[in-house]
Amino acid sequence: MKFIKFLLVGIVFGIVLTKSEAVSWYRIYEMFHFQSFHMFGIIGVAVVTGVIGIQLIRRRNIKDITGQPIVIADKEKGFTGYLVGGALFGLGWGLVGTCPGPIFILIGAGFWGVGVILLGALAGTYLYGLLKNKLPH
Amino acid sequence: MYSFYGTWPWYISGFLIGAVMLTLIYFGKTFGMSSNLRSMCSILGAGRTSEFFRFDWKAQRWNLTVVLGAALGGWLAVTFLSDGSGVNLNPKTVTELQHMKIDAPDGKLLPDALTGTEALQSPKILGILLIGGLLVGFGTRYAGGCTSGHAITGLSNLQLPSLIAVIGFFIGGLLMSWLLLPLIFN
Repeated sequence: MKFIKFLLVGIVFGIVLTKSEAVSWYRIYEMFHFQSFHMFGIIGVAVVTGVIGIQLIRRRNIKDITGQPIVIADKEKGFTGYLVGGALFGLGWGLVGTCPGPIFILIGAGFWGVGVILLGALAGTYLYGLLKNKLPH
Repeated sequence: MYSFYGTWPWYISGFLIGAVMLTLIYFGKTFGMSSNLRSMCSILGAGRTSEFFRFDWKAQRWNLTVVLGAALGGWLAVTFLSDGSGVNLNPKTVTELQHMKIDAPDGKLLPDALTGTEALQSPKILGILLIGGLLVGFGTRYAGGCTSGHAITGLSNLQLPSLIAVIGFFIGGLLMSWLLLPLIFN
């Protein structure tokens, strides 16, 4: 039963990403060519909402659902991994137009071909696991 | 004009995505979709050959549930909440795509040139999907997150590493979209 709330959050997320067309290969292409404000608007408003929300949580010491203080872990310091890993992901994002969330959303929406992207993404994740200790981070 | 059954406006969508992230924080979790790929590798037995996948994926079941919900949400959206009027691109974009022989959206979310029945029988297209997926999987793990973990959560929490990662996303994306894509589709 405790999983129901996560299922509901997921459903909202899936609907919003589909209806805003952030899952669309076309919208990603349009974004990278700066031919529409749409995607920048989505990410921008999401971040502004997030910044305000996190500030409110901090300043008012809002507790989480179980009454524990909310702690959002800082990302580990680093540079190379973030930039190079980010650029490799960007190459994939620009090519097939899907970040990890939309891969699952699109499969749910009936685009079976995206299953091939999922296979690739699992293989890529596995490959990273094999090479992790040899890569600069 | 915006319609509930057409494209949702960016300011509503962006706000709702921010709200999803904050809701997960309120539930004591963090918003990050690419972690699920790691969990799935572990479930599939990747821990036998790589230490990176030996972790307690069961603690990540909540996130796998989010992803299951997301897939369900995708189905609900296309089945009940769409009138087929969406994806109205900049006409300039459509012309550019035409030059690469990529079909116009006409309400579709994805081009048939990429995921249509015919395309999925082409070894070249299958290779593109596989390599694209590979880059997404490898890159997000190497960068420690994707659009949800870095661009939304990390930037919202004013994290410098996330800004570096997002700059990386755009370096890769611009390179692909402007230089490589026209070479791949011609």
